[in-house]
Amino acid sequence: MTDFLSSRLGVAPGVAELIVALIAAVILITFMLLSAIFFVWLERKVSARIQDRLGPTRVGGKFGWLQTLADGLKLLVKEDIIPTNADHMLFRLGPYIALAGAFLAFVALPFGHKVVAQNMNVAVFYMLAVMSSEVFGVILGGYGSGSKWALFGGMREAAQVVSYEVPRAISVLVPVIVAGTMNLSLIATQQVGGFWNWYVFHDPFTFCAFWTFFTCGTASCKRAPFDLAEAESELVAGFHTEYSGFRWLIFFMAEYGSMFAISGIAVILFLGGWNLGIFPWELSDKIGILGNVINVLVFIVKGWLLVFVMMWVRWTLPRLRIDQVMITCLRYLLPISCVLLLGVSVWQLMLWQVTYSVVRDGQVIHEPILGYANYVLAAACLALVVWAVWKLMKASGTTPIQMMPGAWPALNTPGSPLVPKS
Amino acid sequence: MDQQAVLFLIIATFTGLSAIAVLVSQNIVRAAVWLLFTLAGTAGVFFLLGADFVAATQLIIYVGGILVLVVFGVMLTAQGPFITMKVGAAEWVIASFVGLLLLGVLVTSLVGAFNFRTPSPEMTSAEKSLSSAELGQVFLGLEGVTPETNLTGLPEGARPAPRQRVSYLLPFEIVSVHLLVVLIGAAYLARAKRRRGAIS
Repeated sequence: MTDFLSSRLGVAPGVAELIVALIAAVILITFMLLSAIFFVWLERKVSARIQDRLGPTRVGGKFGWLQTLADGLKLLVKEDIIPTNADHMLFRLGPYIALAGAFLAFVALPFGHKVVAQNMNVAVFYMLAVMSSEVFGVILGGYGSGSKWALFGGMREAAQVVSYEVPRAISVLVPVIVAGTMNLSLIATQQVGGFWNWYVFHDPFTFCAFWTFFTCGTASCKRAPFDLAEAESELVAGFHTEYSGFRWLIFFMAEYGSMFAISGIAVILFLGGWNLGIFPWELSDKIGILGNVINVLVFIVKGWLLVFVMMWVRWTLPRLRIDQVMITCLRYLLPISCVLLLGVSVWQLMLWQVTYSVVRDGQVIHEPILGYANYVLAAACLALVVWAVWKLMKASGTTPIQMMPGAWPALNTPGSPLVPKS
Repeated sequence: MDQQAVLFLIIATFTGLSAIAVLVSQNIVRAAVWLLFTLAGTAGVFFLLGADFVAATQLIIYVGGILVLVVFGVMLTAQGPFITMKVGAAEWVIASFVGLLLLGVLVTSLVGAFNFRTPSPEMTSAEKSLSSAELGQVFLGLEGVTPETNLTGLPEGARPAPRQRVSYLLPFEIVSVHLLVVLIGAAYLARAKRRRGAIS
């Protein structure tokens, strides 16, 4: 496109690059905001479905398609309140930093074969880096509000995100070790072919790493059951207690944007990226631009499915307490992800020597020693993981036995099945 | 002036102004915010030079880690709502003397050592530049330290002095042992102190 602008239309190369960058940025931010609008509608419908309600039905036809637009209009005309106690600069800056963090992550996210704003060698590292700076906006908003509820929310957010970054990064390393690169486009290209080529099915460790990554991603997007930062039953509304109108909306756009970005990383690292999992070749190589369109659609639908799972989890599970959130991270997710990292390293280093024949320059230089050893090892690893998970589940926690966290009041409720028979 | 230079000027001005704002702001959290902009601007300069890895590392360590901890510390320790720092005149004088000295050293060494040039296209494109895997192999000493592309400020055509393949693994491990020592020390200081014989 840069060539087209500079050669056909006679634009200077530097200006042409800027124009292309501008177009890419506009497309990305439009996609991000449109999907945020869609997600808000989806969230309301999903929550309604789970709680046996109808949800929005009136605005824009039968399913309330335009409900979010009506919400947005309402938020636009609301009064923009800045508390007298607030630090004005930090209060105004918070939402923008959060949104910038979410948007910058999209720059390196490939939507299809060569459909990426900026192809980076360290794309996944870059995305984790900018998404970790998103939390700063939340903390600033919480601190700058000059309200104790917002301050508590910001503090919880800081503690939670800083802790969950560690297992998130380690579980990202697991497929990166398998792929041998941090370039997201290359990682997705390596998973071309049937769905059994996806890295989530590569070995037991990547299979488990997918779940740890998704859990940590949910936590770092501060989604329930990890939404301690906004815990409306404890902290009014947490870090955005004092926000109203459009500033409040910007926080939510950042949240929904980062949800899609996390889901996009999960799709590319584990779920085959833009590959449908059926065709044995890259689609855009065979049928050109139509294949590109299909690629992008497949990627977006996969991302939306993961976002749907996040919503499903949010409206199904009760919120954890703050100590339970930290224990989940430090005592469970962190050791599990470290074990996965070690295991996948051993798998990659040792296993190919045992099972695969290596052909280099047309000559077999390494004969397979054991034909079925990989299946045996896979079963052993799976058994080990199941055993570890079983032991962890049986470990005594702070919650009374057989009680869901957060469901303690059920003890005192007469007629509850949880009340011990006397 | 080409596009690289224009972008560099914009980012450098932004970074420099934020760095000055860090100094003059009295509120410590505002100073942290300006520091955020300074560090993000530095990361932007790295991106402009095609050093994506360094830029992302800069973001994840300083913005995602250290600045969050700064604000976290302020939130946990502050007595009042918004704390401000008063800086005395003597501190200003000493600090500006040390700062100017450092600036002088840096400027003289930079002017003497390099002639500035825009990066070659091999460095800025993701396909041609060194990937992180090669970076890791260089780190382990498996490949030559000096890459084929002209990364240094040497004039065109002049080959850098031949070096031996150096493994950076040992220095790296020593630094990580340092970090481990710090970690254990922090855990030792922060541990719950229990007196002997006390009922816990």
